[in-house]
Amino acid sequence: MSARTPMPLVSGVAAPLVRANIDTDIIIPSREIRSTTKQGLKDGLFAGWRYTDIDARVANPDFVLNQPRYADAKIILGGPNFGCGSSREHAVWALHEYGVRAVIAPSFNAIFYGNCIRNSLAPVTLSEEYIATIAAEIESADTPALEIDLVQSEIRTPSGARFGFSMPDEPREMLVNGFDAIDLTLTHDEAINAHRARDAAARSWVYAR
Amino acid sequence: MGQTLFDKIWAQHSVKELGDVSLLAIDRILLHERTGGVALRSLRDSGRSVRGVERVFGIMDHVVDTFPGRTDKTVMPTGADFIRTFREECARNGITLFDIGDPRQGIVHVVSPEQGIVQPGVTLIAPDSHTCTQGAIGAMAWGVGSSEAEHALATGVLRVAKPANMRIRVTGALGLGVTVKDLALHILAELSAGGGKGCAIEYCGEAIEALEIEARMTLCNMAAELSAFNAMIAPDDKTIAYLKGRPFAPQGALWDQAEAYWRTLKSDDDAIFDRDVTIDASAVAPMVTWGASPQQASPLNARVPAYEEVAARESRESYQRGLDYMALESGAPLEGIKIDAAFIGSCTNSRISDLRAAAAVLKGRKVAAGVKAICVPGSSQVKLQAEAEGIDKVFADAGFEWRESGCSMCFFAGGESFAPKARVVSSTNRNFENRQGPGTRTHLASPAVVAASAIAGALADPRKL
Repeated sequence: MSARTPMPLVSGVAAPLVRANIDTDIIIPSREIRSTTKQGLKDGLFAGWRYTDIDARVANPDFVLNQPRYADAKIILGGPNFGCGSSREHAVWALHEYGVRAVIAPSFNAIFYGNCIRNSLAPVTLSEEYIATIAAEIESADTPALEIDLVQSEIRTPSGARFGFSMPDEPREMLVNGFDAIDLTLTHDEAINAHRARDAAARSWVYAR
Repeated sequence: MGQTLFDKIWAQHSVKELGDVSLLAIDRILLHERTGGVALRSLRDSGRSVRGVERVFGIMDHVVDTFPGRTDKTVMPTGADFIRTFREECARNGITLFDIGDPRQGIVHVVSPEQGIVQPGVTLIAPDSHTCTQGAIGAMAWGVGSSEAEHALATGVLRVAKPANMRIRVTGALGLGVTVKDLALHILAELSAGGGKGCAIEYCGEAIEALEIEARMTLCNMAAELSAFNAMIAPDDKTIAYLKGRPFAPQGALWDQAEAYWRTLKSDDDAIFDRDVTIDASAVAPMVTWGASPQQASPLNARVPAYEEVAARESRESYQRGLDYMALESGAPLEGIKIDAAFIGSCTNSRISDLRAAAAVLKGRKVAAGVKAICVPGSSQVKLQAEAEGIDKVFADAGFEWRESGCSMCFFAGGESFAPKARVVSSTNRNFENRQGPGTRTHLASPAVVAASAIAGALADPRKL
């Protein structure tokens, strides 16, 4: 039942991008969604911020992912309401293809959060205050790396500081074990069919076409 | 203890409780060509099939272009791939598709109520964040990603964590010339773009009861901008009258059963809401946005606020970023800001009532020189209705382009954008950076404000025309 790679731990470079309301149009603009697959999106990631000339792909040296120390970022430190706006799952596919495996933010848009869980990208909720503390340490650390332990619910910084976070059981188990949600759900087939039969008797108009 | 409307619909659809999520039965799944083909192909690649195909509808809106005489081709070179892949996958699975050229085609959230696909008390999902629009009918409708759509297609259910209940009571009455779009932007400015996070919103109160069904859709639509799980309005006589006779609404004896059930769908008097907010409708003025988030909205007759005025909901950085992107300065009057373009369209404001409101402003007037003005009706039905009323001529005579239906320049659908850094007044829902074009500066407003501004060549109050 394990369709994805189990992910008990995310460890790697963390890039601070602590801004409020980073929307999915910013993460992947519509014009970067060119194919009917889930691939070919990483160069369009944050295109409006990452390039000074989007068409010519001229890098904006001020953007965090263009700075050599953050180029291989596996983790993004974000602001509140991360992933708001459009439901486009391409935002998560683009982050994942770039190499990002976790976003730490004070809060997430619900659709974006769900998209993360279905694509093995950990959305970690942490207070604004703690994120500011971690970002400050990362910015001055020799190696700006973090460890996110999804089993222990703990973030570890280069100095050895530990920050606990909470994540509900369902998303945690999906990420840690690499479960396929559809397979898990289909184990409840009997209950689904029984409910449908009961409901079709009670609300027959919903089932009539 | 009483139950909320949301609790009742949730209970009716709960198949099984699994710790922090429930398996919820899904009555309606709507797909569009930007992600529908991906989801259906992914389903097939994993050896699964669509369960209960009669609950699934496909609609072309997100990629199709809106030029008269359109084909599968779009400005964006790969647009036709999205369209054809989706068409093939719908045919392969036996999914009802409202294709290009079908008189039922249009923006999914305009078409579904129009056809009676959404009904009170149903669960409805679509891989589009503005699915909450359809909560205006008293349905539990919410947006999902395409993997979740695939999950619902394969299993007939979704794994959902129950959101909190939030009630937004709108008291009093909207003033003359103030529209529901202004109310939606007012609520965003009050509550912020994260103000509905984790919540299922129920709108109620005398100002909501007074709204027509199409206006209720505009309000529920913008709950996506509050980051809410969804929004709903309890069905009433207006809802039932609206649905009667629609193509996919129940007929005959089934209608009577359905109506009796729909009339039970309301929050109990003693229902407890986790959050309760009251908004005074009489305090709402015509609104316009001045930044790059929908919460960055102010009355049109005011000035760009100083940071101190909005500090409760903004960091200084996001305030300044918004102003810099929009090339505006604190203290500048909003009315009179010169515009390059005007757009009427989108699932927020493109229904017949919206086009009538704009046409009332445009009649006998001309769009200012140098302003590109475009109207994209929300559905092919809306377009036909407008043409029957002569509204298309009002738009055309004023200098607006009159288009076919689709999502269009709300976000680059079909590959069409406004010019770089163009300043656009738009009846859409998102003023995000680069959303309507590279560097495009979007001011969100009601259709009447968009029409008045197109004429003035600058942000303008329709009440003064």
